[in-house]
Amino acid sequence: MKAIVNVFLKAGVLDSQGKAVHHALESLHFDGVKDVRVGKQIILQLDENDKEKAMADVTKMCEELLANTVIEDYEIELV
Amino acid sequence: MKVSILQFPGTNCEFDTQYAFEKLGCETQIVWHKAESLPQDTDLLVVAGGFSYGDYLRSGAIAKFSPVMKAVAKYANDGGKVLGICNGFQVLTEARLLPGALKRNEGLHFISKHHHLRVENNDNIFLEKLNNGDVVNIPIAHHDGNYYIDEAGLAELEANGQILLRYTDADGEISNPNGSVSAIAGVCNKEKNVFGLMPHPERAMEAVLGSDDGVAMLQGFVESC
Repeated sequence: MKAIVNVFLKAGVLDSQGKAVHHALESLHFDGVKDVRVGKQIILQLDENDKEKAMADVTKMCEELLANTVIEDYEIELV
Repeated sequence: MKVSILQFPGTNCEFDTQYAFEKLGCETQIVWHKAESLPQDTDLLVVAGGFSYGDYLRSGAIAKFSPVMKAVAKYANDGGKVLGICNGFQVLTEARLLPGALKRNEGLHFISKHHHLRVENNDNIFLEKLNNGDVVNIPIAHHDGNYYIDEAGLAELEANGQILLRYTDADGEISNPNGSVSAIAGVCNKEKNVFGLMPHPERAMEAVLGSDDGVAMLQGFVESC
């Protein structure tokens, strides 16, 4: 099983990189973009086949290491 | 006084830190991150600056799991004095020994220059040699120095006198180089035994090198031990 973890700055925490990308898009005349958030994606190959167990494990990994929950939110997708 | 200085793979300010504290008359020892205990009689533990683990994932995120960090947490929780400088500050926030977090600088650039700081609270062993409102000139060198804390956390820092330093100009007027919440350059924990700051006082020890304002800052620790 594979876990795809997306980590983004929390809503309300200023995302300077997202803002810079947004400005760059505007300067390229892509005017229809309302907001840009830049995050990171972490892909984990897991030994686990039990979805529930995998979700619990990866959640723990996010809480302890993969995200800093003071400033970041995370989403986990199992495939 | 005995100062122990932590060294992770990628730390690069340990020898400057050693120079600074030896200049102040301290005994120093560099402690490799694999150590499972701290040297006995450590009076001050310094988490030095640099790029521990290449800043991979987030600055300080991997270092917090180094073997020595368990001993650091115990030392801090038992009231031991801890100072984190730059990457050391990031490590201490990641380890939740200090509140808040350090984000990428608002302008996205690495900033390396001298900057003025204003002393906000000298009611602690670190800054007791300085007066509130004093302005010092100290180098900053960081990419992730943008201090973040939520509004409730900021109010708590204010109420407890945990804000140590703010970024200012030479006249002490706020001048924020990196987007930090409330222009905060350094904080301490509620118990006032764990301190962290992004600027480098250990690089401001000789007037001939631009500033010796770091002497008065670090002196506080020496006098208090």
